[in-house]
Amino acid sequence: MFDRRDLLKGAGLAAMAATLNSTKALALETVTLPFGNGERPLVKYPQKRPLIGLTSRPPQLETPFAIFNDGPITPNNAFFVRYHLAGLPYDLDPDKFTLEVKGKVDKALKLSLKDIKKMKATEIVAVTQCSGNSRGFFEPRVAGGQLANGAMGNARWRGVPLKTVLDMAGVQAGAKQVVFGGMDGPVSDKTPDFTKALDLAHASDGEVMLAYGMNGEDLPFLNGFPLRLVVPGYYGTYWVKHLNEITVIDSVYDGFWMKSAYRIPDTPDNSVEPGTTPKATIPINRFTIRSFITNVPDGAKLKAGRTTLRGIAFDGGKGIKDVSVSTDGGKTWASAKLGKDLGKYSFREWKLPVKLAAGQVELKVRATSNSGETQPDTPRWNPAGYLRNVVETVRVSVA
Amino acid sequence: MQRTVLSAIALAAAALVGSVLAAPVNYKTPDETAAFKPGPNLEVVQGNCAACHSSDYIATQPPMKDKKAFWQAEVTKMIKVYGAPIADADVGKIVDYLAATY
Repeated sequence: MFDRRDLLKGAGLAAMAATLNSTKALALETVTLPFGNGERPLVKYPQKRPLIGLTSRPPQLETPFAIFNDGPITPNNAFFVRYHLAGLPYDLDPDKFTLEVKGKVDKALKLSLKDIKKMKATEIVAVTQCSGNSRGFFEPRVAGGQLANGAMGNARWRGVPLKTVLDMAGVQAGAKQVVFGGMDGPVSDKTPDFTKALDLAHASDGEVMLAYGMNGEDLPFLNGFPLRLVVPGYYGTYWVKHLNEITVIDSVYDGFWMKSAYRIPDTPDNSVEPGTTPKATIPINRFTIRSFITNVPDGAKLKAGRTTLRGIAFDGGKGIKDVSVSTDGGKTWASAKLGKDLGKYSFREWKLPVKLAAGQVELKVRATSNSGETQPDTPRWNPAGYLRNVVETVRVSVA
Repeated sequence: MQRTVLSAIALAAAALVGSVLAAPVNYKTPDETAAFKPGPNLEVVQGNCAACHSSDYIATQPPMKDKKAFWQAEVTKMIKVYGAPIADADVGKIVDYLAATY
């Protein structure tokens, strides 16, 4: 436990620093996300372009939505950042970094970054998305990080399959789950450290990856340098950053971040009546299917006549079969042309030439996966503000 | 003596090699500019909440109808779930400040 006087002193200094920097705060540009209390500063962090600042300690940054129109790969310097606990390994030394593999294994391992980079590398293009992406749009509103749609990103990850490392260590009979810990931790030792778990079969499916590369570069510090877990199709909460501890266990991990946090209702569509509490919950897992128009922002003024709408779609790993677009508020729909297939876990670009009539127009977009999953017309609700995937609507004035 | 000098040189050389190879990230975040709004019991709030997180965690929460119940639940969560060492006497003061200020 930390010392209260240090706490007070630290807080006093933080408050003083905040006062001293108040002019700087005023000088920052702000953006207003389209929900109540949505004003945010644009902030510049090392290795990042100006991003939407949600919180500063620990840092949480959202990608400005317009960036998703630039291409299917989200640049490293625009990629969102989400931490839970303020103890970040700011001075970590990649040459001294070790990944420990232990628990129910025949041979515990301690691997350096060099050891890992010497192994046969694989690559996968995959979206990661914060479980609470779009939480600010929940109605009724719920507590938590109030994000618009920018806590997601798509990257080409490079690393080694987790399976390779588990095989090297030799998983013992009776093992059930694999537990992941990173170098970031809490300020107080009373706060549960951020630790996640996957079932052994999932962890050793050959797709779950220990990634050191992102879009041809090292991981940016705030995205988990020097090593993070990549869990294709699964929400970002499992993509443990600064990953340095892998433990094979013969039970189901019951730590706070699995047992109590990041839970969704155990109902057929994982939602409950707005404002109510679920009777039973399960750990959050795969993404719900989503699609977005990226080249026309809400409230835009467009000229009547021909234009091309474009955007992105993704799901939890079945792959996108169809993206349909409506320019009349959902009465009629037309299938868009899908862009290059970068893999079933990637953003899939789409575009569609349309003819817009004058007036107030609601543009809508709806994706369907290869398994037939599609997006609901009305938002599903759960108390933690997860899984949002309602059909998105962009309202424009056409003249 | 000779040996001591040699080992000292060896140590220095090792340190030098170490410093050439080792490149700690030393990542620097921008100054924390967010500050708690003025209000009753501000110092109690700074002393307790700011130990673990910046004030924007509070300022960005949604506008709720029942502010007192919302903030009571949040403070309770910080204590029960995240182990915040908040003295019983401070709980009411913090909730009052949050409900009146945010």
